[in-house]
Amino acid sequence: MTLLSIQNLTVEYPGRKSTFTAVRDVTLSLERGEILGLVGESGAGKSTVGTAVMGLLDPPGRVSEGTITLDGVDVREIAQLRGRRISMIFQDPLTSLNPMFTVEQQLIDTIRAHRDVSGAEALAEAVALLASVGIADAETRIRQYPHQFSGGMRQRVVIALALCSNPDVIIADEPTTALDVSIQAQILVLIRDLARERGVGVILVTHDMGVIAQTADRVAVMYRGRLVEVGTTQQVIYAPSHAYTKSLIAAVPRGDIKLERFPRVSYSEDTTPPRAEFALSSHWLGKAREGAAARSAEPLVSVRDLGIRFPTVSAILPRNRRYIDAVKGASFDIAQGEVLGLVGESGSGKSTVARMLSGIYRPGTGSIRFDGRDLATVHSSRERQAIRRQIQMIFQDPFSSLNPRMRVETIVAEPIHHNRLTSSEAETRAIVADLLEVVELGAAAGRKFPHEFSGGQRQRISIARALATRPRFLICDEPTSALDVSIQAQILNLLKDLRDALNLTVLFISHDLPVVRQMCDRVAVMRNGQICELAETEALFEHPKAEYTQELIRLMPQI
Amino acid sequence: MSPKMQNNPRPSLLYRMFDSDAGYKFRSSPITVLAGVVAVLMIGAAILAPLIAPFDPFNKASIDLMNSLTPPAWQQGGNPAFLLGTDDQGRDLLSAILYGTRTSVMVGAISVLLAVTAGIFLGLIAGYFGGIVDALVMRIVDIQMTFPAIMVALMIDGVSRTLLPRDRHDDLAIFVIILAMALSIWPQVARTVRASTMVERGREYVQAAQVIGRGPWVIMARHVLPNVMGPVLVIATINLGVAILGEATLSFLGVGIPASEPSLGTLIRIGNNFIFSGERWMLIYPGLTLALLVLSVNLLGDWMRDVLDPKLR
Repeated sequence: MTLLSIQNLTVEYPGRKSTFTAVRDVTLSLERGEILGLVGESGAGKSTVGTAVMGLLDPPGRVSEGTITLDGVDVREIAQLRGRRISMIFQDPLTSLNPMFTVEQQLIDTIRAHRDVSGAEALAEAVALLASVGIADAETRIRQYPHQFSGGMRQRVVIALALCSNPDVIIADEPTTALDVSIQAQILVLIRDLARERGVGVILVTHDMGVIAQTADRVAVMYRGRLVEVGTTQQVIYAPSHAYTKSLIAAVPRGDIKLERFPRVSYSEDTTPPRAEFALSSHWLGKAREGAAARSAEPLVSVRDLGIRFPTVSAILPRNRRYIDAVKGASFDIAQGEVLGLVGESGSGKSTVARMLSGIYRPGTGSIRFDGRDLATVHSSRERQAIRRQIQMIFQDPFSSLNPRMRVETIVAEPIHHNRLTSSEAETRAIVADLLEVVELGAAAGRKFPHEFSGGQRQRISIARALATRPRFLICDEPTSALDVSIQAQILNLLKDLRDALNLTVLFISHDLPVVRQMCDRVAVMRNGQICELAETEALFEHPKAEYTQELIRLMPQI
Repeated sequence: MSPKMQNNPRPSLLYRMFDSDAGYKFRSSPITVLAGVVAVLMIGAAILAPLIAPFDPFNKASIDLMNSLTPPAWQQGGNPAFLLGTDDQGRDLLSAILYGTRTSVMVGAISVLLAVTAGIFLGLIAGYFGGIVDALVMRIVDIQMTFPAIMVALMIDGVSRTLLPRDRHDDLAIFVIILAMALSIWPQVARTVRASTMVERGREYVQAAQVIGRGPWVIMARHVLPNVMGPVLVIATINLGVAILGEATLSFLGVGIPASEPSLGTLIRIGNNFIFSGERWMLIYPGLTLALLVLSVNLLGDWMRDVLDPKLR
């Protein structure tokens, strides 16, 4: 008998002016011990299905049609049993545990809320649960607070919490998105084992095809609130039948071979007319960059023994202060026109390197030479600004990297104004319009505010701003990690085209190895603030030398 | 929608304000609309007092002691010329209230403006630079917050009384009140601005401006300030009510505005003397005006908070 059955589910968010239908006519079923993957891009309605099953829809959202039944009983009738029969694992383990209570208190509270057991029994059960989710030395660790656990361990605690009530169904909403690859693999194995052993049905909501391929038994693909395809994982991934699924799978960056361009998600229900191609090399962006002549023998950027540390405990007496070495002894060169990849897990110091290169942080030790000049020896502010102008940066989060109170044209014009690159306002406007055309947004976008754009479009604005000073060196700090696969492909292709047309030198920071393989000429691997391997991209992927690199490549999600 | 809008591809500012979420929240709450109408009417009448008041309470020539203690027009013995009656010196109470509201609103607005200016500046530098600047500013804030506004006002008043010649004192009383109210409000503004600034400072758009090469002052003024103004507007509105009330309290206590130049608080103080002798209108109408004004300003502040600052809800 089907464990969970969703029939013709439609979820609506009535608004002041129109009603937004987040989920339209979705029919799904889930068996005991089965893992059902629910994939789709952001806004596809996959999380809404999960919250609707839990009955946790935020008002004014409501189920306007359809039924959800658990063992043949409508879930609305057993609303008070929701936490017992169905539990949920959330995306961010940092915020889904209460920091004020120990793990023990949270587990025991949850167990006793659902079942009438004594405190001692609950404790014994909690310890057993923690052990079963792979936490070593559970008796001791149960007394600790959430902040004493690492991200992956915390997600295990969250899973233990979800198991407290012996649920029949677990809804895991992007359970590994906030985690590093190595930890992601462990958590996925854990979820798979739990489903098998306990006969729990799991709905795994994710945007990541790699996660689905490794974990799910069946896959449901959603697009714009509708279900476009359901089938076994093998079938959907290797023989997708719907056009959207096909292009979505093709767009996942491949880690195994290097391609010229990223395949795009070609399936779209909006018809946007293709924009005219720009001959960038004859464009003003391509011309007249000072010093752009090929002095290629010398590296453009040369970093030696770079280090920085941040205080973790501040004190008046120096001997009482504590520091953490965010970056230690990093050395690398980037040749003119080269793309250097910088990979590593979170906290490895790669973003800190970027921030030192771009001048946000002052390096603690070591030197950064740009075009033969040591940045630390440039003292006159005019000279420093002249160098700064040639180094620009694209940030990770397109939602916070643009000032929400400024119009797009003001944002893009800011570097031009600051560096006084133009002689008149009309010239500035013309250049801004040009830049917005180059990033394929169109000049009309300038009059709007950032919130009127999607994530991918915002990232294009960010690129336009970075290009406004005609830089020679572009730092891309995880430029696509906040974006959907289809949009990631567009942005990466745009970056590739711009690099070729403008002969840009690029430092490309990413935790996504397949993307790095496609984008970069050479790759540096960082761990704990140090560079542990630096090699040509193909050599690194085919014959990794450092043990850590081998591990990263082994864990690289594959379809 | 008016027919004019349909020709315009981009609707006018007024229409966009009406159609925005804030406008919708305003329209859909009758209490807020009422508060808005009352506040606009009262503040408008106060500003236009010299034009609409039937008498000039400052003009001693127009005051006739014979008219003193006339009850409101609808009561027995009332005179239609004095709608709300007169006080013990024969001044028309309606005119006195209009002028008094003007003084109160002006004192409130100026002190809030001063407090907001100082609070924004100090809060921005504390939040942006952090470290020693932050510690210094926030300790001053802490110290300031340990003094109640009334005590500060009494202190400043006492000091100015001893330092200044007696005849100058009455002229300066209004500035004492403004200073005292501003001193008691700015720490709240500074705290809020500092907290918001610390959040905004960590956003990538601030880093983007740093990469462009913008200096700290430009970043604070152009990037951070517009993004921290929401909560400041809320605090300013709510504190306008507080400041008007504070002025009234101080004037009632006799520290503030002299009787010759009435404010709402002064009028209430005068009325208070007659509360047992039957001339209650002298207390009731200034008091009612004050209550209505502060209530409507506070309701507007609540609406603004709901719209602009979901965190404070």
